[in-house]
Amino acid sequence: MKYIGRLLVYFLGFICIIPVLFVVTGTLMGNTELASVLAPVLAEEGGYAGWHLIPSWPTLKNLIALLLDTPEYYVLFWNSIKVVAAILVGQFIFAVPAAWGMAQSRRKWSGIAFSVYIFCMLLPFQVTMLSQYLVLNSLSMINTHLSLILPLVFSTFPVFIVYQSFLDIPPTVLEAAKIDGAGQFQIFCHIGVPIALQGILAAMVVGFLEYWNMVEQPVVFLQEKRLWTLSVYIPELTVENAGNAFAFSLFSLLPAVVIFIVGKEFLAQGIAIQGTGLEDK
Amino acid sequence: MKKKDKMLLFALPSMIGTAVFLLIPLLDVFRRSFVQGAEFAFFDNYKTIMGNEAFRLAAGNTIKFEMVCLPLLLLISLLLAVVVYGMENRWIQFLFLVPLALPSNSIAVMWRLLFDSQGIVNGFLSKLGIAQPVDFLESHAAFLVLVGTYVWKNLGYCMLLWIAGLSAIPQNIYEAAKVDGAGSFILFFKITMPNLRKSLYAVTVMSFVNSFKVFREAYLMAGNYPNDSIYLLQHVFNNWFQKLELGKLAAGSVVTALFLCTMLYAMKKLIIGRAERTEPKKAVKKKVIQEREEEAQ
Repeated sequence: MKYIGRLLVYFLGFICIIPVLFVVTGTLMGNTELASVLAPVLAEEGGYAGWHLIPSWPTLKNLIALLLDTPEYYVLFWNSIKVVAAILVGQFIFAVPAAWGMAQSRRKWSGIAFSVYIFCMLLPFQVTMLSQYLVLNSLSMINTHLSLILPLVFSTFPVFIVYQSFLDIPPTVLEAAKIDGAGQFQIFCHIGVPIALQGILAAMVVGFLEYWNMVEQPVVFLQEKRLWTLSVYIPELTVENAGNAFAFSLFSLLPAVVIFIVGKEFLAQGIAIQGTGLEDK
Repeated sequence: MKKKDKMLLFALPSMIGTAVFLLIPLLDVFRRSFVQGAEFAFFDNYKTIMGNEAFRLAAGNTIKFEMVCLPLLLLISLLLAVVVYGMENRWIQFLFLVPLALPSNSIAVMWRLLFDSQGIVNGFLSKLGIAQPVDFLESHAAFLVLVGTYVWKNLGYCMLLWIAGLSAIPQNIYEAAKVDGAGSFILFFKITMPNLRKSLYAVTVMSFVNSFKVFREAYLMAGNYPNDSIYLLQHVFNNWFQKLELGKLAAGSVVTALFLCTMLYAMKKLIIGRAERTEPKKAVKKKVIQEREEEAQ
């Protein structure tokens, strides 16, 4: 029984990483090999597409072509980097102090505000889309990167995560600091932030993966393709372009996978915090 | 009093931003849902969308999607969590998180190759002797692909929420029950399950909220007008948006928000409500503060 369960876990775990293997092998195949295995899909020939688990003639040609010949991907890439970085920096500036204020205050407003924040966190984009559009439009920010950045800077999600880690700060430490004459801002910077650093990083890793993959906002708020982020671009799937499509897919998922590998512990922690945080509400 | 003001100052910039970008406009949308042109129109917008075929199709699909996905995801992720929690080495949990990190556009490219009517999956099926190819993307089977994608993507996330719940159950309860001769079956249903009630709530809420994001894969795979079976709310909203039908859009947002609130409330009542409330909501923070004060003294 025990071993059947484990076998199943290993099997499902393998299924979870199949697309990564798929992208990597596809990128390493030459266009001729891709065309031969995928012709039924790409060129609508008879029969079914197949796959080689190990490329017959591995080559780096697709990757090199992507890096050298496709400046338009760089534009998409830098748009994504710029937007995601701006959101995360903005969240750090606004969300961390907000979480601190709410976690430390003993007054009634903090509880009410925090409940409202949780409610906002649970609203899907489908509900907030029109309202965000109306504000952004009145600020004439539609069709600029600010339309992606600003609403997400004030996302309440990071406040929710960081709040939980501020609750764990031992009060004795804060008392001691006060006695030593530290001001509120000093306490926040020198005691609060370092202790909650894990929670802050957790919020950032979860945030990066989420915003690197933003689709709804660019589709609605951006009209010009030059402003697009990587996440809404789909390469053409044709016989000539197959290798390029694979290389692009790798290019698109690589930053997310790198952040995932570096920050997986924080990601796991961030998810666990969401669970325990919600349980009490 | 001074202290209160200082704490409020920390939170104020973020609160203003949230009010400006979310709360006030939400109220504005609520107002607009009763307006047509420049006139107050009572429930006209609501009547229009309720009679609108696209909206009804999308709302129906969304509800159907939730009813299939949530039980499936909850069950599989719980079983998975129980097995993984019992393993000495839990590195494998990270494998299940990989799909969460993969951008939807890469997934969409892969899915097009895998699930095409002449794609790799159909090729595999035909080798197994299933002769009839399935057109996964352009028939009602698209719904199944979307369900599969959602479960696959959120499995690791839910599993971690369950594991967090499992690790909060004190081991000595199990020890005591084992001494009394309880088998693993009884242990699971009499101890594990009842203690996971709060986790069940968290997992259900987060899975429900995250299920709205499956639009990304649906959109990138099949565009603005996919197969009827995966035409979701976000598709309707996007299409209304392009035609600038703001009245309909406002009413649609309000209906979706009400649906969401009703569902969240129902989940709370059904899952948490019947349990003896271990701790009322506000008491939690009060308790934390009390403990702090005690420690400080």
